[in-house]
Amino acid sequence: MSTISITVNGQQKSGTAQGNTLLVDFLRSELKMTGTHVGCDTSQCGACVVHVNGESVKSCTVFASACDGAEVTTIEGMANDDGTLGIVQQAFHEEHGLQCGFCTPGMVMSIADILRNNPQPTEAEIREGLKGNICRCTGYHNIVKAAQSAAATMAGARQAAE
Amino acid sequence: MYNFDYTKPTDLSAAVEALGTEGAVAMGGGQTLIPVLKQRLSAPSTLVDLSAIDSMKGIRRMGDMLVIGGGTTHGAVASSADVAAAIPGLTELAAKIGDPQVRNRGTIGGSLANNDPAACYPSAALALGATIETNQREIAADDFFQGLYTTALNEGEVITAVKFPIPTASTYQKFEQPASRFSLTSVFLAKMGDGSVRVGVTGAGADGVFRHAGLEQALSSDFSASAVDGVEVSADGMSNDLHATPAFRANLVKVMTKRAIAALS
Ligand code: FES
Ligand code: FES
Repeated sequence: MSTISITVNGQQKSGTAQGNTLLVDFLRSELKMTGTHVGCDTSQCGACVVHVNGESVKSCTVFASACDGAEVTTIEGMANDDGTLGIVQQAFHEEHGLQCGFCTPGMVMSIADILRNNPQPTEAEIREGLKGNICRCTGYHNIVKAAQSAAATMAGARQAAE
Repeated sequence: MYNFDYTKPTDLSAAVEALGTEGAVAMGGGQTLIPVLKQRLSAPSTLVDLSAIDSMKGIRRMGDMLVIGGGTTHGAVASSADVAAAIPGLTELAAKIGDPQVRNRGTIGGSLANNDPAACYPSAALALGATIETNQREIAADDFFQGLYTTALNEGEVITAVKFPIPTASTYQKFEQPASRFSLTSVFLAKMGDGSVRVGVTGAGADGVFRHAGLEQALSSDFSASAVDGVEVSADGMSNDLHATPAFRANLVKVMTKRAIAALS
């Protein structure tokens, strides 16, 4: 067992982990942050996507020890400071981008990553960027619409700021 | 997953020393190794995470070579302007590995060392005539791949960099198995400065990645789709699984080679 310290959503957190403790298990069991889901545990579904040092990763396929000292962003960090839904989350709400919601934490994290690297993606680029996320409910159309709508909202916010 | 001691050295010599411990296993980005550990197909005493060794990361142009550090991620290769300018086929290849999250962790050194018969990078290393640089020596790609999941690497030997000769043209044509996004049969085609054409095939061979001498010979003298028609690609030695028969794979070798020619014309 060793002590792992991670900055999660801007807050310093620490806990203990074995060598083989996965990041997702550390988040869920040790830090009790259960927003990040485990769908498959075999790096296929993307329900566990979080950002580590600004890059999206599958937290079921990264060791907690490898993230000692890292900055991690999870779905819990996607809401606005006042608790209202963040832009991507709001877009999922408006476009009906979820049904059971199991895949949604990973979808939101992947889309946030897509839009950070490419603020105005085409539909094809969104679908390509979501290759690592599986949804058993929606058929993806409304998820893609949510990504497009979030991109438009962000573009509007950027314009308003200029 | 069995438990192990985890260590993340920040320099190569410390990594090599840690790998000298009984039962130690090296990890690049872990995108293959972690699933393998979960299946208890590997039980290291110590896991040596190579991802913090900065000297093994990065991409640089050295004369007529492109040198990619063994710890460089697929994502870094896919987004590198230097790679796109020098070897566009490598950009295509790296951008199609797995998904964005896998590309943010998985490394070129890890892919080559694992030598999965359906992995993408081995085809590029062979087709471009790359040199695999390790902490011990340099190994020509033609000598490096030795069958399924088998390479020339010794115990404790780490891929520090891969040196790719810069071709005059290159492309990677991937026919992917849609669920795993590994190659069902893919072709890396390179036109070298001396006019020769080299063809690396992955996903198809029962013994893993290979170059196709017949296609290389035909295309070196006549770079056209009709030259491909005249070559016999045998189903002997092609792998057989529920996704594709040997004959289907043999046919795909020709189809993907033609697509490569079309992409470069
Ligand atoms: S739980 Fe990590 S990819 Fe499915
Ligand atoms: S909404 Fe149910 S899995 Fe995506």
